[in-house]
Amino acid sequence: MASKFTRSNATGWMMAGPAAALMALFIVLPFIFAIGFSFTNQRLISPNPTQFVGLSNYSQLLGVGLLVLEPEKDEAGSVLRTDDGSLTYPALRGFTRNNPDYPQFDGMREWFSLSLGENRIYVLARDVVFIKAIVNTVIFVMVVAPLQGGLALVLALLINQKLRGINFFRAVYFMPVVVSIVVVSLLWRFIYDGQSGLLNNLLGALTFGAFPRIDWLGNPNTALGAIIAMSIWQAVGFHMVIWLSGLQTISPSLYEAAAIEGASPWQTFRYVTWPGLRNTAVLVLIVITMQAFALFAQIDVMTSGGPLDSTQTIVFQAVERGYGKQDISGGSTISVILFVFVLAISLLQRWLTREKK
Amino acid sequence: MASVSLKNVRKNYGAADIIKGVDIEIADGEFCVFVGPSGCGKSTLLRMIAGLEDISGGTLSIGDRVVNDLPPKDRSIAMVFQSYAIFPHMTVRENLAFGLTIANAPKAEKDAKVAEAARILQMEHLLERRPSQLSGGQRQRVAIGRAIVRKPGVFLFDEPLSNLDAALRVDMRMELAKLHADLKATMVYVTHDQVEAMTLADKIVVLNAGIVQQVGTPLELYHRPANKFVAGFIGSPKMNFLEVTVEAVDGGSMRLSGPALQGLTLPASDNRAGDKLTLGVRPHDLTAMNDGPLSGTVILVEHLGNETLVSLSLTNGQGIIVALDGDTNCHVGQTLTLGFPPNKVHLFNEGGTRVIV
Repeated sequence: MASKFTRSNATGWMMAGPAAALMALFIVLPFIFAIGFSFTNQRLISPNPTQFVGLSNYSQLLGVGLLVLEPEKDEAGSVLRTDDGSLTYPALRGFTRNNPDYPQFDGMREWFSLSLGENRIYVLARDVVFIKAIVNTVIFVMVVAPLQGGLALVLALLINQKLRGINFFRAVYFMPVVVSIVVVSLLWRFIYDGQSGLLNNLLGALTFGAFPRIDWLGNPNTALGAIIAMSIWQAVGFHMVIWLSGLQTISPSLYEAAAIEGASPWQTFRYVTWPGLRNTAVLVLIVITMQAFALFAQIDVMTSGGPLDSTQTIVFQAVERGYGKQDISGGSTISVILFVFVLAISLLQRWLTREKK
Repeated sequence: MASVSLKNVRKNYGAADIIKGVDIEIADGEFCVFVGPSGCGKSTLLRMIAGLEDISGGTLSIGDRVVNDLPPKDRSIAMVFQSYAIFPHMTVRENLAFGLTIANAPKAEKDAKVAEAARILQMEHLLERRPSQLSGGQRQRVAIGRAIVRKPGVFLFDEPLSNLDAALRVDMRMELAKLHADLKATMVYVTHDQVEAMTLADKIVVLNAGIVQQVGTPLELYHRPANKFVAGFIGSPKMNFLEVTVEAVDGGSMRLSGPALQGLTLPASDNRAGDKLTLGVRPHDLTAMNDGPLSGTVILVEHLGNETLVSLSLTNGQGIIVALDGDTNCHVGQTLTLGFPPNKVHLFNEGGTRVIV
């Protein structure tokens, strides 16, 4: 006989109601609002009415251009050189400020430039900070996803053994996951300190003082790397546990069968362990990717996007615009862009790791 | 092909002795079955032969070589597991060729050996399928095929039919017997099912609590069990046991009686008057006999067609089982008097050891 709950729809909805209402209010509705706001000029507090602005928020954030400048020449057509022999180019300002011949570059700034022969190529962006945030986030994801996933797998393989005291190691590796990321970030600021930080002292001691002291978070060349290293360390235990659960679903008799056939440790991993972890691998990769795209707390606590925007990230920009600058429409647009990014990458990963028939 | 020899083989986990000094000689080409109740150590013993468990003491030889410390792949063995242990992500062909793949065998050799194994087991049409598309019997056939491809000196089977349904088990049992006849290979087979042991074995090893109880052919074990344990384990339904006392020994005969036994004269053993013995008699050796020494009330009748199993409660309340003719007309509550030929009686002393009559 069917129970009352499966027969009575009203009861079911009443049970699910509170949770469904809260999820609608705090997840679904903001999601829809964000998409809506991204097509307006909505601000947090403003006396002016909100206006529909179409895709201009998107073009403002994502607009990029390519400008090739030839070196300046004299009337005879030969290249002008300065006293030290270097080429001179017309000022970039002349193209990006009120130049009626180049309306597409109006308001853009230099993102980066490079030389090709005598020409100088400028890559321009309408919002250089946001473009840097995208690049930094993508670098972060591309480095963290394979390294964190791989390291977590190695740890899981190491602790998936019947050894005395193995639970101690499991707990140790998992501990950073339990600590708040804000606390971890604060502590690592001390480790990365430019003067007497633990890392500098350690490297100095190991190299008998030969290693120069580096302000890890204050140097644009090392800041993102420092945050990547810390982030990998902090969450690796979480993914280790997911791998571990995957490892424990593999039947021990498969390992015994492989041993009898004479498989080496690598062959055992290649033919038994890894195929058995396919679904776990998809899960771990997608979870790491999504978490990595949402990089915010470490940035907020450790660098606030600096130095020289070298650690700007997409979510940090969304928060800074939406609340720091009270530009709700800008923040919403960034959120939507992030959503499309993550969705696209998750679909791609699922496709790449699909089971081939 | 190879013989297997175990000399005083022991296994202990810390203080817990699992295998307590086992001596078994298995001749080349012999089908040897280890049988015993669960926890008797039979699977552990097989896994020690396979090399999946360390040997704590004693000598294990396969062929002329002592293999105590050799890894499984160098022992010239192949093993078939209860759980099949075939690799779920590989086709049947890849499963069969697994050992050759990891040994980097040339493709032609792989194809030839796989084709031969598939021919022996009549599963050529299954080669491109994956395990998920196979039935239980087919999966076990793949596991046996993988063993055949190894061309081992000794085949090891760990309860290979336990996961199959009853009808399939009978079929596979016959196929295994045929396979043994075809390959003429040494086979060691572990089961808790005494019917499998009786039907397949050239030699049965009965184990209990890590000790060999008896080694012999199926009929030796059936007709001349060495002790009460073997007597009770081999044969279905179980042998009936009755407590008896030697009343008098007179020249070539002795007179026995017990709480449920009116009085019985048997050829004399070396027992003396007053000795307490256990008398064993198989259900199939009991017949309805008006002046028989046993009588009791019928409490359950099971008609199996070819025979009728009758449970009786004897005069002292003890239960026994009798296997009577298939068309026996008998009903609950009826009183039956039973007898048996004196040469079908088994006597055991107080330690459970067989008494020579």
